Amino acid sequence: MTSATVDDGQEIQELLSTLDAELVGLAPVKTRIREIAALLLVEKLRSEVGLSAGSPSLHMSFTGNPGTGKTTVALRMASILHRLGYVRKGHLVAVTRDDLVGQFIGHTAPKTKEVLKRAMGGVLFIDEAYYLYRPENERDYGQEAIEIMLQVMEDQRDDLVVILAGYKDRMDRFFQSNPGMSSRIAHHVDFPDYTADELLSIAQLMLDQMQYRLSDGARQALVEYIALRREQPNFANARSMRNGLDRARLRQANRLVESRGGVGATLLTRDQLMTIEEADIRASRVFDQGETVEISS
Amino acid sequence: MRLTQGTFSFLPELTDEQIGAQVEHCLSQGWALSIEYTDDPHPRNTYWEMFGQPMFDLHDAAGVMAELGSARATFPGQYIKLNAFDATRGVESVRLSFIVNRPATEPGFALIREEAAGRAIRYTIRSYAAERPEGERYP
Repeated sequence: MTSATVDDGQEIQELLSTLDAELVGLAPVKTRIREIAALLLVEKLRSEVGLSAGSPSLHMSFTGNPGTGKTTVALRMASILHRLGYVRKGHLVAVTRDDLVGQFIGHTAPKTKEVLKRAMGGVLFIDEAYYLYRPENERDYGQEAIEIMLQVMEDQRDDLVVILAGYKDRMDRFFQSNPGMSSRIAHHVDFPDYTADELLSIAQLMLDQMQYRLSDGARQALVEYIALRREQPNFANARSMRNGLDRARLRQANRLVESRGGVGATLLTRDQLMTIEEADIRASRVFDQGETVEISS
Repeated sequence: MRLTQGTFSFLPELTDEQIGAQVEHCLSQGWALSIEYTDDPHPRNTYWEMFGQPMFDLHDAAGVMAELGSARATFPGQYIKLNAFDATRGVESVRLSFIVNRPATEPGFALIREEAAGRAIRYTIRSYAAERPEGERYP
């Protein structure tokens, strides 16, 4: 079966290189995925030569500041694990507290179990998982949902992978009050904040996907924009970049409409429609030096 | 007397692996699985008790098998069947239904003769098990 193994190795290499190309930065995350891929490959080789090969526990917790790509990576994780042959179906069920916790006694267990059954064979992604546990209300049903999940995470770890995500400090508090949950999660991955260079390439990637491009002046303005925006409150990494670019698109559209004297005048060229100019970015309130604060959305 | 209702009932008992494969097939067809149980084996007993709600939007048999496991633990001595419901417009009915759990002993049916008007005789059947009250029929 040597040939099959070589193919597996190649496919995993391909998988990792597309990951590198499509996700900017996130070194710890990529390292962890590489390790998991290597482990699964070694397990397969071990079982071929008759060594014991227990399937590893792959429950994960993603922590990090807003906009660091936790949800994006979780969405990809399902298909990555499927291609690595760890989960059978490779679908992702994304839920929040509302989907798991019921409103009255006896409502939580069936609700949680139904979600878990839907996630079997794939990945269960619980966004903002710390909301599950509310210490201020001792009759809160969140604890019941956590206990049912722990049971399934332990007994049926071949059938589903649970990924919890949330902001770092609140997740830490969540794990402190639920040590059982913390110990059953093998991979605690912390998402670092992006550097200025990484933010620029993220912005570039977003523009490419939306089929826009920056003029030279606009590129320089964007570099300055990033430097200023990072110092301001409510900075949400990639999400702030997306919001900033969306506003630049608004201004570009407005400029184009005005420049041709209202709708229906001269036709705009393809180039004009694609290009974001320096003025579109310079008009941002970020350049007004801290007078106004972005209301992040 | 072995009860023969639903698909596969003339075959030997399906193993859990085989049941899982059938469930996989149902899910791949987009059918929703549900579990029902009863201790009244009469063939006209069409409406069995539901065990939990029908399972929609499943992707993998593991969820159904876990639910089946808990149904067997709750009602080890009763009949349990799996139904696969096809919601396609124009079909909207059960496509596949088979028994996955049965009591250890099945006493079978008695033939009842009833004298009707004009020396006519009407026949019916009655399960020996159904002579005892519900819940006590199979030890």
